[in-house]
Amino acid sequence: MIRKLLFVGVCLAGVAAMAFAGGAREEARPDYPMELEMWIGLGGDLGQRIEEMAADFNSSQDKYIINVVEQGDYEEAMTSAIAAYRAGNQPHILQVYEVGTGTFMGSRQVIKPVYELMAEAGMPMNKADYLSQVTSYYSDLEGNMLSFPFNSSTPIFYYNVEAFREAGLDPHDPPSTWPEVAEAAKKLMATGNYSAGFTFQWPSWTQMENFSAWHNLPLGTKANGMLGWDSELVFNDEVRVRHLQQLADWQKEGVFQYGGRRGDATPLFTSGDVPMYIASSAAYAGIARTADFEFSAGFLPYWPDVAGAPQNSIIGGGSLWVMGGHSDAEYRGIAEFFAYLSSAEVQAEWHQFSGYLPVTYAAWELSREQGFYDKIPIHNTAIAQITLNPPTDHSRGLRFGMFPQIRNVILDGMEAALTGEMTAQRALDQAVSRGNALLREFERTIQ
Amino acid sequence: MMGKRVIFKEKGLPYLLIAPEVILVMAFFIFPAAQALLQSVFREDAFGITRVFVGLENFQRVLSEPLYVRAIWTTLGFALCVAASTMAIALFLSALSTGIGKRAIVYRTVIIAPYAVAPLVAGVMWFFLFSPSVGLISYGLRMVGIRWNHTIIPGQAFFLVVLAASWQRIAYNFLFYLGGMQSIPDSLIESAAIDGASPAVRFWKITFPLLSPTTFFLVIMNFIYTFFETFPVIHQLTQGGPSNATATMVYRIYRDGFRGLDFGGSAAQSVILMAFVVTVVALQFRFAERKVVY
Repeated sequence: MIRKLLFVGVCLAGVAAMAFAGGAREEARPDYPMELEMWIGLGGDLGQRIEEMAADFNSSQDKYIINVVEQGDYEEAMTSAIAAYRAGNQPHILQVYEVGTGTFMGSRQVIKPVYELMAEAGMPMNKADYLSQVTSYYSDLEGNMLSFPFNSSTPIFYYNVEAFREAGLDPHDPPSTWPEVAEAAKKLMATGNYSAGFTFQWPSWTQMENFSAWHNLPLGTKANGMLGWDSELVFNDEVRVRHLQQLADWQKEGVFQYGGRRGDATPLFTSGDVPMYIASSAAYAGIARTADFEFSAGFLPYWPDVAGAPQNSIIGGGSLWVMGGHSDAEYRGIAEFFAYLSSAEVQAEWHQFSGYLPVTYAAWELSREQGFYDKIPIHNTAIAQITLNPPTDHSRGLRFGMFPQIRNVILDGMEAALTGEMTAQRALDQAVSRGNALLREFERTIQ
Repeated sequence: MMGKRVIFKEKGLPYLLIAPEVILVMAFFIFPAAQALLQSVFREDAFGITRVFVGLENFQRVLSEPLYVRAIWTTLGFALCVAASTMAIALFLSALSTGIGKRAIVYRTVIIAPYAVAPLVAGVMWFFLFSPSVGLISYGLRMVGIRWNHTIIPGQAFFLVVLAASWQRIAYNFLFYLGGMQSIPDSLIESAAIDGASPAVRFWKITFPLLSPTTFFLVIMNFIYTFFETFPVIHQLTQGGPSNATATMVYRIYRDGFRGLDFGGSAAQSVILMAFVVTVVALQFRFAERKVVY
């Protein structure tokens, strides 16, 4: 009896093992139509729109099928892809958020640079067609694009037009400097209708990374890490310390209200509770859907006594990386998909639907011809802001290893100052030294 | 040694019967634990391309970080608050639910119901209730003059995660206390009542001491619960913030390992957590168990 049971058990295990091995080997045959996996970190309307774009591409030809898989948020998509890479079954295309850029550039054998992919497929990219302020974040020093800048946005200054009118402020002339913001906030608060004057989302992105670029100040040495992994963080200087201390003081006076580490502050603005809001240009659609008042947007505020300001803002959002370890035939298909995504029509449609910045001049031009910016001038504001001046070493982009963690370190520092746990100087000193320890750790892991 | 021993003639059957359990323990405990132990002495890049043996460097790096030491204290404080509040409330509720006749069944069902809610769902619920911008409770608090913003006030954030973690756990504690109380013979309580002891005296002199094995068991289970299983609540509500006020040890492991891709440091942290939990539980057995009357 027992023998029989054992025998059956062993047989079952054997069958299961064979089935398993068979399943894993199946896809090795190059065969058309070829299926290509694309993992994305966006959901909801945007995720669905990406799936539609892939479906349009799939029906435009019959050789390749792009399968879009939603993997939760950006961090989750990146973590899953890394786990998949370690297990040897990585996707073909992966959407990575801007802070993950350093992680991927640090491991060149993991990725297939996009410029190389396009050149090998006989469809080389013409750098002059692309908005360099968008692509430089994802390019090497020669300006070659390493990843495809699919969805980029930049923070802008939203304000409640009705609130401005009511408080006697000019709704066509939003505050352009921080002292003006504070002054406007106090006038708005005087009406007694608001719980605070202004708030912002993604504090590190809007108040440290973009704040630095906008004031032409380095976040780190070596052109913010673009010239080498031995970059050192330097954001604890007088201007950044003063700004953070000022935010903490404004918070005490009620001029400013903190809204969390992520995009959680949006309801504060859309409920009409806080009339000024620094947020991503891509937040436009969501704000327009929920706010029942008229709103507009201007450039980010700056400190008028800082010589370099305003410079230009930098981007955030995601780019598409092509993972290494796939066949030439598969890369050919990815190149065709990217060429499709770069076409002016597809780009312009995506830009107008999502509020992400256009990647090519052709898409920008087409949107203008279609009258998009007359309808929604806010989108032109965002583009005008990132192209305000030719980028400098401090405003081209950021390239730090372990940047997801460094961003948390910056947020820890900002929160420590805002909670009053320590002075802004001490909080940023500590953040710089913790961040530098992470940079050195990263430098050692990639050797 | 004196007990009855059953001798199996067949050698294979016992092994076959325990095999599923052994396989499960190996697959879900021994194997991952060994992996963590191994990983904690290596330094590795995110993609696993380079892997360098670094000895105890990861441990040294983690333990010399002031914020990690703070996470240990946060974890202990969190465990104490959750254990104390859930057990006190559960004990109170179960004492009330004995001796109220047929209605008890409704009452007990209501108390136990939160246990059926998935932790992540519970987290979402508290998130909406206390959201500084749209929350019902935070709105009510503002009405009475309390400025609620757990995204920047550390004390409020800590209170919120304790509240959310405790809420679900009360049901579990309630069940055990209820069972414990039902196993106390009525005759003891009745004779005390005849001797003229008030309900309060009867509770503290008879019921509570007889519940000591349950209490001891629950202290340990609640500690283990807060050490490991409160992750979804923290992740949903505060992500460890503001300024690390709610970053517990298990949350740090997740944040550094899965978000930060620092596998060596994260593995070292999980080994430290394992040692920490064993120490805390061993101390509890050593010092608290003496006071338990079985």
